[in-house]
Amino acid sequence: MNNKTRTPLFHVSKRGLLPWYKAWAIRAAALLLALVACGVITSLVTGQNPIQVYAAIINGSFGSPRKIWVLLQNIAMLLCVSLAVTPAFRMRCWNLGAEGQALIGGLAAAACMILLGKTLPNWAVIACMCVASLAAGALWAAIPAVFKARWNTNETLFTLMMNYVATQLVAYYCVVWESPKGSGTIGVINPSTEIGWFPQIGSYKYLLNILIVAIVCVAMYIYLNYSKHGYEIAVVGESERTARYVGIKVDRVIIRTMLLSGAVCGLAGLLLVGSTNHTLTTTIVDGRGFTAVMVSWLAKFNPIWMILTSFLIVFLGRGSGEIATKFGLNRSFGDILTGLILFFIIGSEFFINYQIHFRKSGGKEG
Amino acid sequence: MDNKTPAVKMRNITKTFGPVVANDKVWLDIYRGEILALLGENGSGKTTLMNMLSGIYFPDEGEISIDGKDVVIRSPKDAFDLGIGMIHQHFKLVDVLTAAENVVLGLPGKLDLKAAAKKIREICDAYGFEVDPEQKIYDMSVSQKQTVEIVKVLYRGADILILDEPTAVLTPQETDKLFAVLRNMRDDNKAIVIITHKMHEVEALSDRVAVLRHGQFIGDMPTKTTNAQEMTNMMVGHAVTLNIDRPEPVDPKPRIVVKGLTVRSIDGILKLDDVSFTANSGEILGIAGISGCGQKELLESIAGLQPVEKGSIEYIGDDGSAEQLIGKDPLAIQRMGVSLSFVPEDRLGMGLVANMDLGDNMMLRSFRSGRSVFTDRKTPRQLALDVVEELDVVTPGITTPVRRLSGGNVQKVLVGREIASAPTVLLTAYAVRGLDINSSYTIYDLINKQKKNGVAVIYVGEDLDVLLELADRILVLCGGKVSGIVPGRGAKKRDVGMMMTKLGGNAHE
Repeated sequence: MNNKTRTPLFHVSKRGLLPWYKAWAIRAAALLLALVACGVITSLVTGQNPIQVYAAIINGSFGSPRKIWVLLQNIAMLLCVSLAVTPAFRMRCWNLGAEGQALIGGLAAAACMILLGKTLPNWAVIACMCVASLAAGALWAAIPAVFKARWNTNETLFTLMMNYVATQLVAYYCVVWESPKGSGTIGVINPSTEIGWFPQIGSYKYLLNILIVAIVCVAMYIYLNYSKHGYEIAVVGESERTARYVGIKVDRVIIRTMLLSGAVCGLAGLLLVGSTNHTLTTTIVDGRGFTAVMVSWLAKFNPIWMILTSFLIVFLGRGSGEIATKFGLNRSFGDILTGLILFFIIGSEFFINYQIHFRKSGGKEG
Repeated sequence: MDNKTPAVKMRNITKTFGPVVANDKVWLDIYRGEILALLGENGSGKTTLMNMLSGIYFPDEGEISIDGKDVVIRSPKDAFDLGIGMIHQHFKLVDVLTAAENVVLGLPGKLDLKAAAKKIREICDAYGFEVDPEQKIYDMSVSQKQTVEIVKVLYRGADILILDEPTAVLTPQETDKLFAVLRNMRDDNKAIVIITHKMHEVEALSDRVAVLRHGQFIGDMPTKTTNAQEMTNMMVGHAVTLNIDRPEPVDPKPRIVVKGLTVRSIDGILKLDDVSFTANSGEILGIAGISGCGQKELLESIAGLQPVEKGSIEYIGDDGSAEQLIGKDPLAIQRMGVSLSFVPEDRLGMGLVANMDLGDNMMLRSFRSGRSVFTDRKTPRQLALDVVEELDVVTPGITTPVRRLSGGNVQKVLVGREIASAPTVLLTAYAVRGLDINSSYTIYDLINKQKKNGVAVIYVGEDLDVLLELADRILVLCGGKVSGIVPGRGAKKRDVGMMMTKLGGNAHE
């Protein structure tokens, strides 16, 4: 018989539910494979010993106590933005405006520090900063939310565009509030009085941020999984028709959830300005608004898993920086490795959902 | 017939989806010049088996041969090359194209619509179809669309045709027409397989029946030598009674009074036109009509989901007080103390959340209860356990997402939740669509039980035989208008069928 009647070499079929340990075994295998692939590519392309490269990646994050603190701080900030987008994502509302919402929160905080720093006592300035930042972030998210709820506009484009508005606004105020004159940057705000600077816990500069984000993380987990609001968000996300059928006011849930999403973004901006940097630049959020999308997806919108995924992303990022300096490699090489590893991790989901059947050996051939 | 070579021979076909064995070593022969009815309950593997024949799935094990030659069907294209064509339950047509354009879509060679139209007309003449090749799909009725699907596979030269529940969406008259066409094709020596749940159709149409149960082949026999009772017993695996109970209504009193209800869709199309009726407590009001004649709008208006242009819908309480329902959303109706349950047509898209588990789906109705900002998960979980136990829902557990359940079990979960709130009004749309006999009778029993409890039941159905046996009164809709209201006892199928297609039917002739 001709070739046409041969059994295909393999075919793909959907799996049933895998037990969790098997699913995690597949993910772990993917990570292992990714590391091997990265090692091979590293030695092929750069001639470096892959073991040394791995050592450098680990050294980049854990090489010294300072590096560990920076790692934790970066995880905390990325996690904060990721937590912010998650309620919207659970509602299948793709808020890609976290960058702008955080930035505008930072702008509000900086404005309070600069404009109120000379007239109000420190505690009052900090209180104003908190209120203003959260409100500004929420407002920035509320605008697209209202349009979506009322006229069903596409939130993806709308939130994305709001990022540019936020960036340009900050760029404008960087010139208005420039210090020293002519620098075009704001510089450290209130360097001598330290008004509006968040208190430091002991000698640990970043500990306050880390604690606040940890609390937000647990609170968000409880809110999404155990509260009535969280349940409404899940129902609206799965099916707006079901939501209406049981009397959930869909537009109200959309606006409420986006307000929350924006407010937590605003919190991220507040922490970056008030606690970490004490200044404001257009790049202060550093693309976290977009990286957060990946963190949230990788963790399947589960706030607790997000600790792990944001660690992974920050760890890889710090590692690539380290290779760049240590081996004189282009920084892009680190990014290539990061991309490869993420590719393997995301690809492993295919093998969790599907299985491949190969033609049985000795099978009938035409 | 014994010495004929089968057109299709399937041997030892096995197909698994994860832990679920959909087909287990199935044997099936399909002959030319014969209509084979493939019978089986939901989840017995009929559609899976046919999907493997038409190249949508690939079997894990087993052999298929066509006209005595071993073949391997890897894709729908392979199936087409072998002359196998399948008409699916859900039509696969492009709405904005014409019939002819849909038929030639994806075919190789030069696009010659005129020649295609000519060939389509020839096919229509040969078998007695009525299709206008130039007509756009969006202008067509459901039965016309189905005809286009059949022409599409014939045009591609199919001589082995598989129809998956083709009559589910047709009126009795349209069904008769389809059957005439299928008989013509049989006489033209084509092999035809029809998947159906309706026993009287099997008896009227098929030459042979094959029965599957739980993925296994149970047996086949000439239709002449068997009867509905035997076939049902084979499908279910034990003896079942086929009569639907219809207890006399106890103390019926008006519960829902609808007057002059007029509804337009968002596009401004008139969906309901001056509809008036009364639904009584302790009574089942059946709604008959061709699909899309306003049934959905009628139920959704009562449930507070559909904006209404004109008219009134009043709820009459036990004390005789009347409350207007129009202008209130489901939450407002619930807060008025009206216990209204609604089993919508779209079970997984509206009544339930497909990705949530049984417990969370039970919570849809009750999650607001209590002052706490947190949800109470214990009560719905208990309700889920009760529903699973009382209605024999087949599920691995209450933490399984409902999308993983079979159609009948999904419906049991939905109906179970809706009647758990002790409703005074129960609205159901196509409550047994796609359900097998066993599940259907469970649902009829549940509905009858509600009726005995004094619930006003409004039952939108598509199977006239069932409506005539179950409903106390039948309201017939035709194009959004009330074509007539007849008592269920003694109503004739033919008359109701006529009223569905023409206002008032021929009742006045």
